[in-house]
Amino acid sequence: MNSPIDTSGESALDGSAAAGPFADVFAGDVSAAVVTCGGCRSSAVFAEQHAYLGAPGTVLRCPGCDHVLARLVQTPTEVWLDLSGSSSWRFPL
Amino acid sequence: MTEAPARTRGKVGGPRPRWFPARLVGLRSETATARTLTFQVPGWPGHLAGQHVDVRLTAADGYSAQRAYSISAPADGEQVSITVQEVGDGEVSPYLEEGMELGDQLEVRGPIGGWFVWSPSSEAPVEQPVLLIGGGSGVVPLMAMVRERARSGSRAPFRLVYSVRSPEQVLYAAELAELSSTDGLVVDLLHTRTAPPDAARPVGRITPEDLATPPGWPASPPPRAYVCGPTAFVELAIPLLLDLGYTNKTIRAERFGPSGG
Repeated sequence: MNSPIDTSGESALDGSAAAGPFADVFAGDVSAAVVTCGGCRSSAVFAEQHAYLGAPGTVLRCPGCDHVLARLVQTPTEVWLDLSGSSSWRFPL
Repeated sequence: MTEAPARTRGKVGGPRPRWFPARLVGLRSETATARTLTFQVPGWPGHLAGQHVDVRLTAADGYSAQRAYSISAPADGEQVSITVQEVGDGEVSPYLEEGMELGDQLEVRGPIGGWFVWSPSSEAPVEQPVLLIGGGSGVVPLMAMVRERARSGSRAPFRLVYSVRSPEQVLYAAELAELSSTDGLVVDLLHTRTAPPDAARPVGRITPEDLATPPGWPASPPPRAYVCGPTAFVELAIPLLLDLGYTNKTIRAERFGPSGG
């Protein structure tokens, strides 16, 4: 997680790198949430999914099948979140 | 990863990450190309070893850039420390590495990351052994764990395997030497390009022998491994760990992109 974060969009980082922007929307840290892929149905914690930053925005992909799990874009006036590629999010309490 | 992981020990969820103004109150040179910056962050809720912050710089014209940096030290009141390695380009790192002076301000968002974290488990009958594997500046969040172990008085068996290009690039060298001589921490430096004259190990990238379980470790519970470094380094280390019997439930990894190290 130390710099530099690659923003070219060509190389995947861990979901950890995307945890900041998602924390704003989910009102909490989502690193340990288990996300199930809507494509291949495999599950992994958010921190170990693949993240692409600066697309512009943030894209989360399944490390197994590369299916887009979530897309998040923030503008000065709103946040747009698309979770249609993931079948479920399970949060530890 | 096809199985749900076991519940993370510690404060999963934790305080809600948010943006805080931060003022630079400490500077420390670590190597010729790396320095540690300590920020005073009013209202900071604390953090766990291994967590990170997003750092945001905003120019006078409103343009802003942000990057994620691992926190290098355990929670200490409202102070947050990061170690920045010079990388030659990028929008944020050159300023943190060279331009920023004591008293200057920026914004940090955190604490972030409830997964790549370590907390002492003093209540357990036998503390879980921990293998830390760092490539280059990937040692930074691992150093937070090493320092948290020392701060908390944990007796968990800890071994740090730290891969660096040359002796001049070793971060926290004096402190690691001190902790390994007094605190039961095992530190193994792997030099990939240049080794000191008295080094027993030939230069080269990480091998299965470098990760073999130390003889003194308990048979149970199984050790947990934390791996952090450039993507290529992490991808090299994980198969070695799987061959040694680690599983996707006992390995936690953090990659920080193709460069660095």
